[in-house]
Amino acid sequence: MKLESNIPSGPIEQKWDKHRAEAKLVNPSNKRKYRILIVGSGLAGASAAATLAELGYNVDCFTFHDSPRRAHSIAAQGGINAAKNYQNDGDSIYRLFYDTVKGGDFRAREGNVYRLAQVSVNIIDQCVAQGVPFAREYGGYLTNRSFGGAQVSRTFYAKGQTGQQLLLGAYSALSRQIGAGTVTMHTRNEMMELVLVDGHARGIVTRDLVTGKIESWSGDAVIFATGGYSNVFYLSTNAMACNVTSIWRAHKKGAGLANPCFTQIHPTSIPQQGEYQAKLTLMSESLRNDGRVWVPLKANDNRASHDIPENERDYYLERKYPSFGNLSPRDIASRAAKEVCDEGRGVGPGGRGVYLDFSAAINRLGEKTIAERYGNLFEMYERISGENPYTSPMRIYPAPHYTMGGLWVDYNLMSTIPGLHVLGEANFSDHGANRLGASALMQGLADGYFVIPYTIGHYLAGVKPGEITNEHPEFKKAVADVEGRVSKFLSINGKRTTSSFHRELGMLMWNNCGMARSESSLKEALQRIPEIREEFWNNVNVVGSANELNTALEHAGRVADFLEFAELMCIDALERDESCGGHFRTEHQTEDGEAKRDDEKFCHSSVWEYSGDTAKPNLHKEQLTFENVKLATRSYK
Amino acid sequence: MKLSLKIWRQKNKNSEGIFKNYVLSDVSPDMSFLEMLDTLNEQLLSKNEDPVAFDHDCREGICGSCSMMINGKPHGPESKTTTCQLHMRKFKDGDEVIVEPWRASAFPVIRDLVVDRSAFDRIIQAGGFVSVNTGNAQDGNTLPIPKPDADAAMDAAACIGCGACVAACKNASAMLFTAAKVSHLGYLPQGQPERQRRVLKMVEQMDNEGFGNCTNTNDCEAACPKGISVHNIARLNRDFLKAKLFG
Ligand SMILES: Cc1cc2nc3c(=O)[nH]c(=O)nc-3n(C[C@H](O)[C@H](O)[C@H](O)COP(=O)(O)OP(=O)(O)OC[C@H]3O[C@@H](n4cnc5c(N)ncnc54)[C@H](O)[C@@H]3O)c2cc1C
Ligand code: FES
Repeated sequence: MKLESNIPSGPIEQKWDKHRAEAKLVNPSNKRKYRILIVGSGLAGASAAATLAELGYNVDCFTFHDSPRRAHSIAAQGGINAAKNYQNDGDSIYRLFYDTVKGGDFRAREGNVYRLAQVSVNIIDQCVAQGVPFAREYGGYLTNRSFGGAQVSRTFYAKGQTGQQLLLGAYSALSRQIGAGTVTMHTRNEMMELVLVDGHARGIVTRDLVTGKIESWSGDAVIFATGGYSNVFYLSTNAMACNVTSIWRAHKKGAGLANPCFTQIHPTSIPQQGEYQAKLTLMSESLRNDGRVWVPLKANDNRASHDIPENERDYYLERKYPSFGNLSPRDIASRAAKEVCDEGRGVGPGGRGVYLDFSAAINRLGEKTIAERYGNLFEMYERISGENPYTSPMRIYPAPHYTMGGLWVDYNLMSTIPGLHVLGEANFSDHGANRLGASALMQGLADGYFVIPYTIGHYLAGVKPGEITNEHPEFKKAVADVEGRVSKFLSINGKRTTSSFHRELGMLMWNNCGMARSESSLKEALQRIPEIREEFWNNVNVVGSANELNTALEHAGRVADFLEFAELMCIDALERDESCGGHFRTEHQTEDGEAKRDDEKFCHSSVWEYSGDTAKPNLHKEQLTFENVKLATRSYK
Repeated sequence: MKLSLKIWRQKNKNSEGIFKNYVLSDVSPDMSFLEMLDTLNEQLLSKNEDPVAFDHDCREGICGSCSMMINGKPHGPESKTTTCQLHMRKFKDGDEVIVEPWRASAFPVIRDLVVDRSAFDRIIQAGGFVSVNTGNAQDGNTLPIPKPDADAAMDAAACIGCGACVAACKNASAMLFTAAKVSHLGYLPQGQPERQRRVLKMVEQMDNEGFGNCTNTNDCEAACPKGISVHNIARLNRDFLKAKLFG
C-alpha cells in the first residue's frame, strides 16, 4: 500500500489555488458521459450529489433511509464554524486552521486543514443563498456563538437545529437535481459491497430494504459519504442506524483505514437511565456558552444541588483551565468529568453525572434570552429526564459521539483504492485526534460542495467513461458474496438476538477502549472480541426471510461488521503507545492528568491494511510534518 | 407497569393487515415509547416471531422517521412531541395502547407501522428549493434580513417531514407540510425570484400525489410535533391565488 498524500508544494496559503489551477478538467459536454455512484445523502453526500449533478455528471445516490432528509446530519444541534470574522474579534483563516490543528492535538495533515478553513467562508455564503435561516441580529446581519477550543465567536447557527437546516439546504439542492433528472435517488437501499475491477473502484452491490432485492451498479467513480462508527459502543449520541459497514467493506477490499482508535467522547450528554436504553441524547456544546459545570467539593455529597452553597461547589473546568473554562475542548472536558466522578464527586444515579448550571446566566440575562438561545434543548432535556433545567441544573455525562478515524484519503479525498473517494465523517482527514465543536458540519459541506467537485474531475479525466458495466464477472462475484452472507445470517438459527451481541460488544468497548485505555484493558478486549464474534456467528437468531423488509437482518449485517472492526480499533489503540486528543492511554499522562504525546514515535497517522486475518493487519505510517503551526504541548490553561 | 398493546401487523403492501394483541410487563416509566417497542421486539425475537417493523433513527425528535398513531393520535397523547420523545410516564399501569401506521392513500403501508412517504420528497423536488448552483453565492452578509423575517422563516423551516399532519387530517391533506416549505422560502429575499412558480408547482405535485383538500379544520397544527402554524396555510393560499391571477 502506497500512501501519497498529494499535498501540493508551495506556501500553505497557495496550495489549494495552485492545485485547482493544475487539476485536469473534464470538458462540459463530456461530463454527462460519466456516472458517479454516491453512497450516503447526509451533509457530505447530498452536497456532493447536488454539486456534481449541477456540473453535468450523472449521479446515482444511495441511502438506507426512506428520504435523504433523514440522514444523521439532521441531528446536529449547535452550529457550524467559519472564519468570516464578522464579529471583528480577531478571527482569520489562519486562526481557524491553527485552532483545528491544535484542537486535534497535532495529528492531522496541515494542508487539508488549511483548505478546510479557506472554504469555510464559502459554505456560509452558499447556505444563506439556499435559504438556510441562520440566526440574525436585529440589524439583519448574521450572528455567532462560541464553541469549545476557540477564543473567538465563529459559530453560525439556526436555533438548536443547525444540522437540520443545513441538511435541508443540501437536500433542497439535491431535490432540485432529482427533479431535473440528473440525480437518480435510491432510497431504502443499503450498500453491501464495493466492487473493484483491476484495482479500481467501479461499482457497488446494494440490497433493497423493502423487497430484499440484491443488485449491482457500475460507475466511473464511487464516493462514500456514509458517516461515522460511534455505534461500535452500542450506546452513543449517533442515530440508531449509523454503522461501519461501508468503511469496513472498503477496508476488506484494500482501502487503508486510518486512526480507527481516534473516537470522540462528548462531555455533555444526558446520562444513561436504564438497561433498556437504546441511545444517548446529546445536549449541545453550545450550552457551555452560558452553563457552568460543577460538582460538589466533597465526595459522596448527597444533598440536592440547591442545598450546596457556592463555597462547597467545585467549578472544576473554570478552576483547571482558567483561559478556556467551560469552553475547554471536548476531550479535556470529558476526561475532567470522568475524573471527578471517579473521585466519588459525581451526581445523580450511580454518581455518573456532573451539573451544567444555568442559574448564573438566567440571573444575568433573564429567562427569556436563555429560552431564545436554548429553548428546544431545555424542552428536550425535560421531556427525557422529567426535570426542569430552568429551575435546577442539568445533569450530564460524557458519551461516544464522533469518530475522527476513518478511511484514509489523500488531498483529493481519494482512498488508497483508485476511484473510491470518501467524504465527511467517514474519512479521517481533518480532525486529528480530537474534533472541535461545529467543525464536522463544516467539513462535510466543504468536502461535498467545494472540494470533491474539483478533485474528482482530475481523477475522471484519466478514466474512459462507461467502459465497465455490471456484466463484468467481478460484479457477479460480489453479488454472490452478498447473497451468501444474507443466507448465512438466516440459517444460523441460534438463541441470542443481534441486540444482545451489540450491547455486549458496546459495553466492552466503552470499558476497555473508551475514555481511558490501557495496555491491559486493550489486551483483554482483544481477547474477548473474537470470542463474542465466534459466538455471534454460531448463536445469533435472525428471524424472517431475505425477500422482505427485515429489520432483524439489517441489524445483524451491521453488527457483524462492528464485531470485526472493533478488533482493529483496539489493535490501533494498543499500538499507539502515547496519549493524544481523545486517545487517552492511562500509562501516558502528565502529572496533572493531561494527555502526554510522544512526538518522537507517534507523529504520524496509522494506516491499516487488511491482510486477510483481522487479528494481524499490516501497519503503514503517514508521517506528519508541521511547518505552519509549531508542534507544541497543547494547553488550555 | 403492565400494558396491553394492540398493534397493526401487515406483512407487506399487498397483504391485509390485522391488529394483534400483546401484553408487556415491566415497562419502566422512564422508557421512551420506542424503547418500549424495542423491549417487545426483543421478546418477539426470542420467541422466533417477526419483530414489529417501525421507522426510527435519531430518537431525538428531529429526523422525522418515527411515525405511528397511538390511541388514535399521531405521535400519541403529548402535544409537540414525536413518538421517540414520548415517555412511558405518560401512560398508566393497565392501559390499553393501540398502535397503527399513518393512514392515507398517499402513504401506502410497507410493513406493520412503516409507510412510504416518498410523496413528500416529490413535492419538494417539484419546487421546494432556491435555484442556486454551488459557487454562485455572494457574501452571506450582503443582504441583511430583518430578524422577525428570519425567525419566521426558521419557525416554518422546523418541519421534520414526519407526515403527522396528513395522518391527523380527515382529508389526508398535505397542506401544512407544503405550506411550511412555501412559507420558509417566501419569508426570505432569496426565495422571491421563484416564489410564484414554486407555489404553483408544489401544489400541483401535492394534488397529483393523491393528498386530499384542506378544509381548514386545523387538526394538522394540533398534531404537529414541531408546532408548525396553520398561519402558513393562509400564506400559501394567498401566494397561490396571486400566482394564478397574475403569474
Ligand atoms: C447529536 C449530534 C449533534 C451534533 N452536532 C454537531 C454540531 O453542532 N456541529 C457539528 O459540526 N457537528 C455536529 N455533529 C457531528 C455531525 O453531525 C456529523 O459528523 C455529520 O453530520 C456527519 O455527516 P456525514 O454526511 O458525514 O454523515 P451522515 O449524516 O451520518 O450521513 C450518512 C449517510 O450515509 C448513508 N449510509 C451509511 N451507510 C450506508 C450504507 N451502507 N448504504 C447506504 N447508505 C448508507 C446514510 O443513509 C446517510 O444518508 C453532531 C453529531 C451528533 C451525533
Ligand atoms: S426517530 Fe427521529 S424523529 Fe423520532
